[in-house]
Amino acid sequence: MDSVSVPVIRGVDILVRPAHFTVLLGPSGSGKTTLLNMLGCIDKPDKGDVEVAGCAVNELSDDALSDFRAEHIGFVFQNFNLLPVLTAYENIEYPLVLAGMAPKRRHDRVTKLLEAVGLSDRARNLPGQLSGGQRQRVAIARALSRKPKLVIADEPTANLDSQTGASILALMRRMQVRYKISFVFSSHDREVIGAADDLIFLRDGMIQEIRRKKSDSDAPGDQTSFPDTRIDA
Amino acid sequence: MMTWSLALRNLLRNRRRSLSTLLALAIGSASILIFGGYSANIKYIMKTGYVRNGGQLQVQHKDFYLYGSGNPTAYGIPAYVGLIRTIERDEVLKGMIRVVTPTLQFGGVAGNFAAGVSRTVIGTGFVAADVNRMRQWNEYGLPLIAQRFVLEGAASDAAVVGTGVARVLRLCTALGIADCPTTIDEPKPAGKSLPADIAELTLAETPVAAASDDKAKARIELLAGHANGTPNVASLNVLQAERQGFKEFDEVAVILQLQQAQQLVYGRSPPRVTSIMVQLERSEQMNDAAARLKTLLLTAAPGQALAVVDFETLNPFYVQTVKLFDTIFGFIFVLIGAIVLFTVSNTMNTAVVERTVEIGTLRAVGLRQAGIRRLFVIEGFLLGLVGAVSGAVLAVVVAAIVNRLGLTWLPPGSSEPLPLLLRVWGENRMIFGATVGLVMIAALSAWWPAYRAARLRVVDALRHV
Repeated sequence: MDSVSVPVIRGVDILVRPAHFTVLLGPSGSGKTTLLNMLGCIDKPDKGDVEVAGCAVNELSDDALSDFRAEHIGFVFQNFNLLPVLTAYENIEYPLVLAGMAPKRRHDRVTKLLEAVGLSDRARNLPGQLSGGQRQRVAIARALSRKPKLVIADEPTANLDSQTGASILALMRRMQVRYKISFVFSSHDREVIGAADDLIFLRDGMIQEIRRKKSDSDAPGDQTSFPDTRIDA
Repeated sequence: MMTWSLALRNLLRNRRRSLSTLLALAIGSASILIFGGYSANIKYIMKTGYVRNGGQLQVQHKDFYLYGSGNPTAYGIPAYVGLIRTIERDEVLKGMIRVVTPTLQFGGVAGNFAAGVSRTVIGTGFVAADVNRMRQWNEYGLPLIAQRFVLEGAASDAAVVGTGVARVLRLCTALGIADCPTTIDEPKPAGKSLPADIAELTLAETPVAAASDDKAKARIELLAGHANGTPNVASLNVLQAERQGFKEFDEVAVILQLQQAQQLVYGRSPPRVTSIMVQLERSEQMNDAAARLKTLLLTAAPGQALAVVDFETLNPFYVQTVKLFDTIFGFIFVLIGAIVLFTVSNTMNTAVVERTVEIGTLRAVGLRQAGIRRLFVIEGFLLGLVGAVSGAVLAVVVAAIVNRLGLTWLPPGSSEPLPLLLRVWGENRMIFGATVGLVMIAALSAWWPAYRAARLRVVDALRHV
């Protein structure tokens, strides 16, 4: 049978403002995850350009993309995606090991992040010994470990109860402010939507509406320190 | 370091699967090494036998090996005593040499006239004391009994025959051979006497003391061609029948004192020998010793066409047997290597499928394709390493148990059972080679699954259910 090509997103031209909380909204199949994947440099558009933190990423080789992701992008997954054989500490440390950071600096960084996400006492626990909320905290700490410019979070609270979800959201907000990072979510969670700076509504792979809830001057982070992240596909 | 730790933890994560893979690897490795130990034992037993009997090197006329059996006396080494002295006194060889001794080989007919039987034989004259020293050689520490050569200190007409010769010449009862069939008529004491002319000739060559030895149980007459072409006969007092290792040789071997053999073959002419046997302390010195001997021969025996021949050339059966076992060893290694290849490959393929999301996560956080490949290849390597090392330990333990049982076996062509030993411990080259080989195969087996894992699209891997 001949394959049929169905464009998941088309004619999308968005700008993710630096150091803002941006939420992608839309029904299932609207292209939220595809858009996130492109922003996260784990997928490429058939046509068009993706520019993350000022870099045209769809021209990069696979290795260069890996390095770019490692340096500039953090991921928070719906299912946490922690490495089950590594402890909480090691999961956070892993991207720093890939970066070749010295052990002493690594230790300091991981210890600070564990404190920041409130898991200092769980450092030696394996993911299987942590609750869902704790795992997501570890995932957030891992995403932030290399001080990225952009964190991609695909429905980060979907597998958490509402109370835990709220605390995770609050944590991410705190981290975003503290580390001045752009967060881009896809979510159906009202709490997440309520916390967003920018809302991008998608339907059938196209942008229906962009609602910027707060002006640039109201933005909580220092926007001038980062170039834009933009997608035009 | 993190990759190694991650790989190890991933293996420990699915213990049952890793264990079954390790078990297959360990059994495979142990099988290879046990067979290797078995073939090493055969090799050492054979080599020990050959070196005890003939040394590692022999100085011979250059054509003796190829043509000597037709007319051994034509290829004799004259003035051999001086040559032996030169070899023994050489500064380079002194530290290597254990025994240097002459030997004379010739063809003849041995008969027991009393029983009316005879057969063609290969006569060999030795210096008995040297033979006893050579028989003590045991470089590989084998539990072989060094049977004392009874001709040492015996009369000059004393002889030893192969058990096959004793059987054919109907000397079993006289020599008290235990497992010797005696269904045919045994010689009667009042048998036909030696023809008068032959008896006269014999008396001329046989020392008086030996001829009047009343205790002699078995006497044979040995007819050989004199170097000048005339026949010569010696009457020999057979002291013992000795197994010669191989049936073919056992049925033709007549061993006598060198002096007696020389008298038989050369009469009153200057005596010669057909070989000078050189037994070395350690076989690894063989090439150096051979090179030195060749140099020495150029100056010590300039006019003679002498050659230095090693025991492998003299005993092609040994080389063929070693090659046969090496081939079987290689075949077994290839078979087990293939099993290891598929076992590890299967394990790693399953691991890739199970850990697809993890692969996606690792790639998302910045691990390159090469990093994924490295991770899985290291897992295969670790499986191979632990499996092969466990197999080596298992093989050493099994070998130790088998060696304690004191089993024996009868090799093809041999007339006596030999100890069945598995020489694994100490065979470092074999252990190292088999272990490295299996580890490499295991790592190689993981390469294709690793390559596949690395080529996964990150989004597809993350989406995997």
